[in-house]
Amino acid sequence: MNLLVTIAAAGAVILVLLPLGAIFAYLVFKGISSLNWAFLTQTPKPVGEPGGGMANAIAGTGLILLIASSMGVPIGIGAGIYLAEYGRNRLGDLIRFTADVLNGVPSIVVGIVAYGIVVLTQGHFSALAGGVALAIMMIPTITRATEEMLLLVPNAVREAAYGLGVSRWRTTLSITLRTATSGVITGVMLAFARVAGETAPLLFTAFGNQYWNWKINQPTAALSLQVFTYAISPFDEWHRQAWAGALILIVMIVLAVTAVRIVASRGMLKGAN
Amino acid sequence: MANQALGAPRLPGPQPVAKNEVVSGLEAKSEPLLRTGSSEVADRIFSLAMLACGLCVLALVAVILYQLIIRSNLSWHASGWRFFFRSEWDPVNEQYGAWPFVYGTIVSSILALALAVPLAIGVAVFVTEMCPRWLKGPVAFTTELLAAIPSVIYGLWAIFVLVPLLRQYLEPFLAKYFGWTGLFEGAPYGIGMLAAGIILAIMVVPIISSITREVMTAVPQQQREAVLALGATRWEMIRTGVLRNARVGILGGIILGLGRALGETMAVTMVIGNRPEIARSLFAPGYTMASVIANEFSEATTDTYLSALVEVGLALFLVTIIVNVLAQVLVWSVTRGTPARGHA
Repeated sequence: MNLLVTIAAAGAVILVLLPLGAIFAYLVFKGISSLNWAFLTQTPKPVGEPGGGMANAIAGTGLILLIASSMGVPIGIGAGIYLAEYGRNRLGDLIRFTADVLNGVPSIVVGIVAYGIVVLTQGHFSALAGGVALAIMMIPTITRATEEMLLLVPNAVREAAYGLGVSRWRTTLSITLRTATSGVITGVMLAFARVAGETAPLLFTAFGNQYWNWKINQPTAALSLQVFTYAISPFDEWHRQAWAGALILIVMIVLAVTAVRIVASRGMLKGAN
Repeated sequence: MANQALGAPRLPGPQPVAKNEVVSGLEAKSEPLLRTGSSEVADRIFSLAMLACGLCVLALVAVILYQLIIRSNLSWHASGWRFFFRSEWDPVNEQYGAWPFVYGTIVSSILALALAVPLAIGVAVFVTEMCPRWLKGPVAFTTELLAAIPSVIYGLWAIFVLVPLLRQYLEPFLAKYFGWTGLFEGAPYGIGMLAAGIILAIMVVPIISSITREVMTAVPQQQREAVLALGATRWEMIRTGVLRNARVGILGGIILGLGRALGETMAVTMVIGNRPEIARSLFAPGYTMASVIANEFSEATTDTYLSALVEVGLALFLVTIIVNVLAQVLVWSVTRGTPARGHA
């Protein structure tokens, strides 16, 4: 029985890791074979013409993420600071709970909300709407991570600053937050990685675009959207490009996550301990 | 004067106090190293700004609820609760019944949990109790990597790898040996409820196993030692000492996985077949609440159509909130005694 369970548990691990291995193998195998310079520098060609690429979608993803982080990161970190430094009360508990709830909201619902707030007000799809949707998804993750990291900073550090007569806001910004920087960056990057591949909230906010776009109030292509559209299309050429797009997307995300792990293992809170 | 004071020899015992007399009352007022007058205002502004950020989080949930409610008003007034139990979905004739989507969401999620739960618990047991130390990190890391893959990539992989596998091997096999159950009937297209369930299972395993691992680690080491000391084998120790103590938290993890499965959109949309039908066979195509929104929202031309889709979204939102709150409470009830650990 003992041996049987050990084998079963090890079997479960193998069964779980198998799809992971398969997904990565296919991504690399199929992605690299269809990746070329044109893919990275050109916009999509019309159906039937070979060639073309996803350069505008890569740029679009960058644009949307930029908009999302410029809104989501300050608010998320601010809310995290509130929870850690001022939030030892019932309001803090309520915000903490709400952030956890917000974390579990399905991304498609966030898309509907961004559609309601931005697209209906503006009258058309836009990069801004996509950015708002992704910002809503980033905020709870960043908030909770920031709070967790700030709480790891020993109270003695804060007291030392107060003892020198430093005011509370300076202590929070230049001492506490500074000490927890690498941890907060980890949280931000995880939130970033989480929303970078999101597709559902962009379907009817950023909408997609066949051409270059740099305006925040115009529909914008995004890598994840393009992968989705190409994957469900009936054309082999587009399937090939979908794999290449997916490879680029996953490389971006894995780089972010790995960077995070390196930062995190390289002495989180080194200054404090 | 100050120099004199510094230069004076430090003598033990009472110090000369004569100097104080020369100092005027005004100058003797003690001052802190930094001026505090302006920083009180700054402190106030700062704490208000942070409070505003915190309130933003509350406002977000309020805005989400408000948007969903006002935009689904039309549909709610048209059919009320019956909306969720009618099974005709025919936008052309303005017939909106969400039952096929509700059914598809429930069936695909249950199927996913049925496949994922044993695997996830197996992984957690292996990592926390059996695994050699050097293997722990890599296994934990790779299962978490599964959680970082965007769902559109799962969908892509499912369309081009999983579905053909199902069509050629698994579905004919199931139809041949288990066809009598009625669950595996009809033409094995590959695309359908079964494919959606399997891809969802792959996606929720990391969530369930990481929570399970967390609550299993929270079980005190003495429990394990006590059970072992009574002569239990390792499996008996895991079963009675660990799993039984952690069962509430594990249930919480499973419910959290359920929450993810209910709201998952892209991967499911890509493989479930997207037909608002209710069929007993798992080979048949279906539709879920999330995927109907994803597919039809930007094509919804009339107000009633859009409103019906938003109402589906509202229902999805409320259900996932209830599920997530329940899960949080369960997990929290097990892990509250132990210090917080990072999830990175």
